[in-house]
Amino acid sequence: MKQSDFDVVVVGGGHAGTEAAAAASRMGVRTALVTLRLQDLGVMSCNPAIGGLGKGHLVREIDAMDGIMGRIADQAGIQFRLLNRRKGPAVQGPRAQADRQLYRKAMLSELSKTQNLTIIEGEVVKFIGTSENIGGVVLSDGSEIRATATVLTTGTFLGGIVHIGDKSYPGGRMGDDPSNELSSVLRDMDLAKGRLKTGTPPRLDGRTIDWDQLEKQPGDDDPVVFSFMNDRPFAKQVSCAITHTNEKTHDVIRQNLDRSAMYGGHIDGIGPRYCPSIEDKIIRFSEKTSHQVFLEPEGLEDHTVYPNGISTSLPEDVQEDYVRSIVGLEDVDILQPGYAIEYDYVDPRSLDFKLSVINANGLFLAGQINGTTGYEEAAAQGLVAGLNAAAQALGHEYINFARSESYIGVMIDDLTIKGVSEPYRMFTSRAEFRLTLRADNADQRLTSKALEIGCVSDDRKAAFESKMTKLQSGRDILENQIFSPREVNDIGIKVSKDGAKRTALELLAFPNVDFEVLRPHRDEFKFLDQSVTDQITKESKYANYLKRQLRDVALLKKDEEVSFPSNFDFSSLPGLSNELKAKLISVKPTNLAQASRIEGMTPAALTLLLAKIRQSERLQAG
Amino acid sequence: MADTIYALASAAGKAGVSVIRISGPDAKIAAERLAGNLPKARHAYLRKLIGENDLYLDEALVFFFEKGASFTGEIVVEFQTHGSIAIVQTILFELSKIDGLRLAEPGEFTKRALENNKLDLTQVEALSDLIEAETELQRRQALDILQGAFSDKIGIWRDKLVRACALLEAVLDFADEDVPTDVTPEVEGLLNSVVSDFKTELSSLKGRERIRSGFEVALIGAPNSGKSSLMNHLVGRDVAITSDIAGTTRDVIEVRLDIKGLPVTLLDTAGLREATDEVEKIGIDRAIQRAKNADMRIYLDAGDSPNFALSDDDIKIRSKVDALGGEGISSVTGEGVDCLLENIYDTLSKKLSNSGLSNRERHRMAIENGSVHINKALTLLESGPELYDIASEEIRLAHHDLAVLLGIIGVEDVLDVIFSSFCLGK
Repeated sequence: MKQSDFDVVVVGGGHAGTEAAAAASRMGVRTALVTLRLQDLGVMSCNPAIGGLGKGHLVREIDAMDGIMGRIADQAGIQFRLLNRRKGPAVQGPRAQADRQLYRKAMLSELSKTQNLTIIEGEVVKFIGTSENIGGVVLSDGSEIRATATVLTTGTFLGGIVHIGDKSYPGGRMGDDPSNELSSVLRDMDLAKGRLKTGTPPRLDGRTIDWDQLEKQPGDDDPVVFSFMNDRPFAKQVSCAITHTNEKTHDVIRQNLDRSAMYGGHIDGIGPRYCPSIEDKIIRFSEKTSHQVFLEPEGLEDHTVYPNGISTSLPEDVQEDYVRSIVGLEDVDILQPGYAIEYDYVDPRSLDFKLSVINANGLFLAGQINGTTGYEEAAAQGLVAGLNAAAQALGHEYINFARSESYIGVMIDDLTIKGVSEPYRMFTSRAEFRLTLRADNADQRLTSKALEIGCVSDDRKAAFESKMTKLQSGRDILENQIFSPREVNDIGIKVSKDGAKRTALELLAFPNVDFEVLRPHRDEFKFLDQSVTDQITKESKYANYLKRQLRDVALLKKDEEVSFPSNFDFSSLPGLSNELKAKLISVKPTNLAQASRIEGMTPAALTLLLAKIRQSERLQAG
Repeated sequence: MADTIYALASAAGKAGVSVIRISGPDAKIAAERLAGNLPKARHAYLRKLIGENDLYLDEALVFFFEKGASFTGEIVVEFQTHGSIAIVQTILFELSKIDGLRLAEPGEFTKRALENNKLDLTQVEALSDLIEAETELQRRQALDILQGAFSDKIGIWRDKLVRACALLEAVLDFADEDVPTDVTPEVEGLLNSVVSDFKTELSSLKGRERIRSGFEVALIGAPNSGKSSLMNHLVGRDVAITSDIAGTTRDVIEVRLDIKGLPVTLLDTAGLREATDEVEKIGIDRAIQRAKNADMRIYLDAGDSPNFALSDDDIKIRSKVDALGGEGISSVTGEGVDCLLENIYDTLSKKLSNSGLSNRERHRMAIENGSVHINKALTLLESGPELYDIASEEIRLAHHDLAVLLGIIGVEDVLDVIFSSFCLGK
């Protein structure tokens, strides 16, 4: 029997798996990545796009930790758009259409040259060790991969069932078998699970679309890319197109509703409300006579087009009928029918902030298996699990992402404390510190942390430090230049006539004040980089809210610093309701801040928890 | 960087002495505002407490404790005042006006003591009592909101504020989808209607006189049911003109009484009936309004049935029993009056728990602070969608301030409205 030893083994080569493997490798531990097929590394099984609002923030944060998703997406991006470009920087999100092949190619090339990483083709069938203590995995050919930490990222493959109309068959993705053996292993473990569903639209042959009839949606003229290490796209840029469903489309769907898997009662899983099938849209918003459909090319060399907005579980013949009722798609050929997929997920409340299973030492879960949706959400979890798996192997301190410092922290906290009721997707509205957690400052928030942990390349370290130096000297200059009310008035900036002098930095805080208006008025400004002044301008727009956010962050941090001892007994708290006790026992908060976010928690109950922590600290002290 | 909190630290209700505690970095500055210079640490001085506009509040013993040497471990100032509800309320109200101060949550002094390792940990078991007290407080708070001045408005305010936020967030978070790009008019409409309601509420919650005067008890009933006679009997002098002609009391007449130590303002109102006289009509409208806002109502029944919705705390009693006979009260013979006063006292004392009084103050502050943020949001909205990010932040801050009244508004509440209002999903 073949046997090999690693520090970390990652199971699955999707967005969570690749990011986890890359992260662990960057930490310098011996890492194995097990995937069913080499060519499937980083495959995009749903729409060919990366980023967006909240999601773009996640990609930037992954990049700030020197992760790979941002750099790969930059290499594969064929249409970049900065969403909310005309709104405040906090709600601007970078997004790109990606060429699937370029993405996979870039991913394979990146991972192949990653030090400390071994890629293994194979199917994992079980774990090594007991269900409380996992020490690696066994492949279907019987070979064993031993590791201190195992990261499982099996996406929708657990108990996956594909539905097309009234036909259904087991599968993890179109054309792939589900991981049944592993499913049954996990089922035997003591983990709370649930069932979710998601759907995809039919894929179209771009050569049979009448593009001339359709409204084009080009990318931005000055594309904003993901990685802080890049400043422009790599690939040729193309346009998407927009078309609309119409009454005829809706008629076809309404007439065949009973043949839809979802409406025919074949599916029990809960689907995401923000990504409804076209059946759902027509039933729930029956007053709408038309819905937008984005036609997104899947690649430069690929004729496949992804019609975003019409995911479905209707039978193939109905799909063809309704698609061909849409303007521009009258003669279109379907390359692959749309389908719905149901799958098992593990209740993420059984994980801690490291994404490690509370009751199974050495096992980490990341990605869609935790009830999330989206490549970016998956990759961000992969990063967290990969870093912490490596930390465990190295005996280092664990790496925690706080709500107050990152969207990654918001997501991990939401998942592990509140759990999910539908596939979890990031929105900027989930971040209470949205104004400070911006895509533009992800490096300032996280790269220092990454440097401390030791997961940053020399190149990035140098680039980051030089950028920070430039920014600081830019801030100093702007803070030291003072403008009199009269001068401000002469420049043409409207401020309240309170007679106060203002620094250049304070002037930038006013809406509609651009640095270029100030530049000619001081010699010191002449040679400031535009990238530097742009960044400082973005920061200053929220200056008035900074103080309050900093205070809230400080209050939160104080509670975050009060940790429960590892052997803390939540069941023996006098006076707490049984309901609250049960929640505490199942969520197992690590600190007081997490406990405070448990539903039904009260100030007095928190006081009691704090008292109990202090009591046990004193007992231990002596 | 904790904030500074204050609250009544002794048991609520009429007592010989009440203790008001202020704890936190700004405690000294805040206390000096009312008491002038403070005594040396751990000494007690007698000081006159003076509020805004030189309003004399009370004479109090003032204690000052330095950081690290106080109950909470923070800077603490304590006022020992006369044990009158009115005095305590007024002082708490004056403190609320000071920047950076807020009313303490239940158990918050204890929590701070714990955080600073100032609590004897053998007392920890006693904390479970605190939880029970909190549960009781929440029950009462819920009851207060249900029965209070806001009862029918809470849901509407909440819905409007959630929707305002949802509209902005839909534009922000789903920018590349089929959502409107400008929702300013609808959001403005929602916010304007809430702030204008808030203004009305504040004017009824805010009056200092009202707080100083303690409770309001309204006498209501049909014309000529003996309201004014009862009032005169209670006061012992003619304050309200009484006659046998129905509709004599055309305005609301107030008289201050002391019922077993409780400060009570008695309101004599115009008799409720279908009036033909314009002046009387206005009097009746005013009577209804004042009666509704009072803490409790005494309905005098001279053989008719009330056309005014009474709540559980109100008293309905038969009047003029000297002439009409039966059980009840008579202002002529004084029959039943002592018993009525006893009933009023019982009802008001029940309301006089700490929660009752501080809830009112909490609600007032919630509405006041919430209004500030909503108004800021309205100003920002004038610039249109470009400033939606900070307009939305202001609404979120308003949600936060109003949580005590409207309940916590979380991201899921906002998302629920977004997904039910817009067809999203690329």
